[in-house]
Amino acid sequence: MPRIVVDVMPKPEILDPQGKAIVGALPRLGFTSFSAVRQGKRFELTVDGEVTDAILAQAREAAETLLSNPVIEDVVNVEVVEA
Amino acid sequence: MTELPLIGEAPVAAESRLNGARIGVVTFPGTLDDRDAARAVRLAGGTAVALWHADTELADVDAVVIPGGFSYGDYLRAGAISRFAPLMSKIIDAANSDAKLPVLGICNGFQILTESHLLPGSMIKNDHLKFLCRDQVLRVENNTTVWTADYEAGQEILVPLKNQDGQYIADEKTLDALEAEGRVAFRYVGFNPNGSRRDIAGITNAAGNVVGLMPHPEHAVEPGFGPESNAGTDGLGFFTSVLNKIVGGAK
Repeated sequence: MPRIVVDVMPKPEILDPQGKAIVGALPRLGFTSFSAVRQGKRFELTVDGEVTDAILAQAREAAETLLSNPVIEDVVNVEVVEA
Repeated sequence: MTELPLIGEAPVAAESRLNGARIGVVTFPGTLDDRDAARAVRLAGGTAVALWHADTELADVDAVVIPGGFSYGDYLRAGAISRFAPLMSKIIDAANSDAKLPVLGICNGFQILTESHLLPGSMIKNDHLKFLCRDQVLRVENNTTVWTADYEAGQEILVPLKNQDGQYIADEKTLDALEAEGRVAFRYVGFNPNGSRRDIAGITNAAGNVVGLMPHPEHAVEPGFGPESNAGTDGLGFFTSVLNKIVGGAK
């Protein structure tokens, strides 16, 4: 069953409090090479059947209207993944 | 419905003329503070009308309170799923109509109003990442909205604050416009509890009928239950403001 993957990230200009907490925890585990972390979201939309252009367009619209809030987030990727 | 104060005297002698004003209080799955909001409406003298998120009619209410809580468990983003409830479409249309339905969003209700684009900006996680519950001083920056007319401009009020996703953010252009248009309705005083831009605790739309804030005025309406100083009833003004506006009373 094919899936449409949607990736959403906080806008670059917005401080990501969760990412900031994670970057603070990494050195405590010995991971010292990472200067910043930003935490986003990945959605997987399963499609029963073929992913047509119309279905992909629906996924893009859902990504912009429900899955992300354009005030604070960007949809950075929408792609089809075959199972 | 008569509301007996649990402790002490009723803070407001409920005026019978206010009884005719019907204030809807919306319940979503996961809403917490609907009963307190309804009680605040009644203590202020109005009639509270329970509204369910799946309702498709507004039941002839004169105003709507969207109370706090964790609608849909804050899944996806706080308020993001509630925003698409059937009743929200009605509320959004009525708030934008010529009738300018008064709408107050408290905490999760504020988040729902920003997700609905009735108010600009958004809330993200508190800058310190913790859930915070405290009595919070706010300054009333705009007392010309339908929800704040009973306060003095610049009046400081003390109401409870309790949230995890309370950090108000918007881009600089939006913030500048809010300031220039006097649409910052409330600001945190003395302590910014969540990193909100420019200490903003609540905002209004341009028409002054839609107001949202993170702190909880509905928890400060009755002696013995609100914050211990200021009689604990500083939040009552939200509800008397809108009731007086509805019945056409002067300030």
